[in-house]
Amino acid sequence: MAFIDYYKTLGIDKSASPKEVKDAYRKLARKYHPDLNPNNQDAKSSFQQINEANEVLSDPEKRKKYDQYGKDWQHADEFEKQKQQSQDSGSRGATFSGGSSPGDFSDFFESMFGGSRSSGRKQTKYRGEDYTTEIHLDLLDAFKTHKQTLLVNGTTIRITIPAGVENGQIIKVQGHGGPGENGGPNGDLYITFTVANHPTIKRLGNNLYSNVELDLYTAVLGGEITIDTLDGKVKLKVKPETQQGTKVNLKGKGFPVYKREGQFGDFQVTYLVKVPTNLTERQKALFEELKNSK
Amino acid sequence: MQSEYLIAIDEFCAKHDIEVSFISSLQQTGLIEITTVEEVGFIPVDQIQQLEKFMRFYYELDINLEGIETISYLLKRVTDLQEEITNLRNRLGLYE
Repeated sequence: MAFIDYYKTLGIDKSASPKEVKDAYRKLARKYHPDLNPNNQDAKSSFQQINEANEVLSDPEKRKKYDQYGKDWQHADEFEKQKQQSQDSGSRGATFSGGSSPGDFSDFFESMFGGSRSSGRKQTKYRGEDYTTEIHLDLLDAFKTHKQTLLVNGTTIRITIPAGVENGQIIKVQGHGGPGENGGPNGDLYITFTVANHPTIKRLGNNLYSNVELDLYTAVLGGEITIDTLDGKVKLKVKPETQQGTKVNLKGKGFPVYKREGQFGDFQVTYLVKVPTNLTERQKALFEELKNSK
Repeated sequence: MQSEYLIAIDEFCAKHDIEVSFISSLQQTGLIEITTVEEVGFIPVDQIQQLEKFMRFYYELDINLEGIETISYLLKRVTDLQEEITNLRNRLGLYE
């Protein structure tokens, strides 16, 4: 467990007055407050550090203890025993809630001060902290509604992921965030989905796109081919004289529409006509014949 | 008819130890909406989270109403831009 220099965290001198502590804290809080930095984990982490520094340095008792034993925090307990009659001062620094539980202190802080902040001016109900997590899916996972188990802050929860979830989509699971304090409601859990690309099938919204190679003979004469979709193989009739880049739209064969059961986007196939290589002399002669027959 | 959950402004202010005038100012600047029923002001429950955020700006970060208005506008832009980046990244996936 490393020593944390709270003065350095707030960018102040050890001789800083309470007002200087407050001003330094407020300045940094305005920069890193989670409300002002949505979805920014770095800012959240910085805010927790300055919040912790302020919790200690804005409280005369804690600051005194920190100044005396900070670097030798292991001896803080002995110090406490010697001061048996000591009480929590009850003073409350202007530590910010950040829209969440006021917890989240470092091991260093927990070791020195027991982890809980000093009591507030009143028993304010705090809404629990909102948790965020990520789920990584491949395109096939996102194609079908399925259940998944998540471990969020030591708690296992089972959620149903509806088919059609998009890359970057955020889903709120109400009440699965941190527990509220003093009877406040639980926070929410925000899940960000990352849906990986498929090697051959691309997705945009509810539509799917795929390039399919077509041999020259089928492109010229027409025929039947089998293509892969996310839902299995599909047989397609190819019209004679199909041109390079021809697009065929398969209605309702695309991606499921999020939370609209039975509704699907389209699947668009683009034909890439493949010119044969390594022709035999006979084949070359036939192509020559074809050329001259015009 | 769909029911709407409301919290009386007086009750909300008493619980959070804040002035009613703060809520009125937010309403006047259009940052929150208030519902009046029989001359009593109520806050719709779906606005509580936003309101609590404004409270933190005002009481904890010492940001005045003009600042809150500006921040709200910029945060909305940040959210919209983040959404646009996600959409563009998804489109880009078509060409990768």
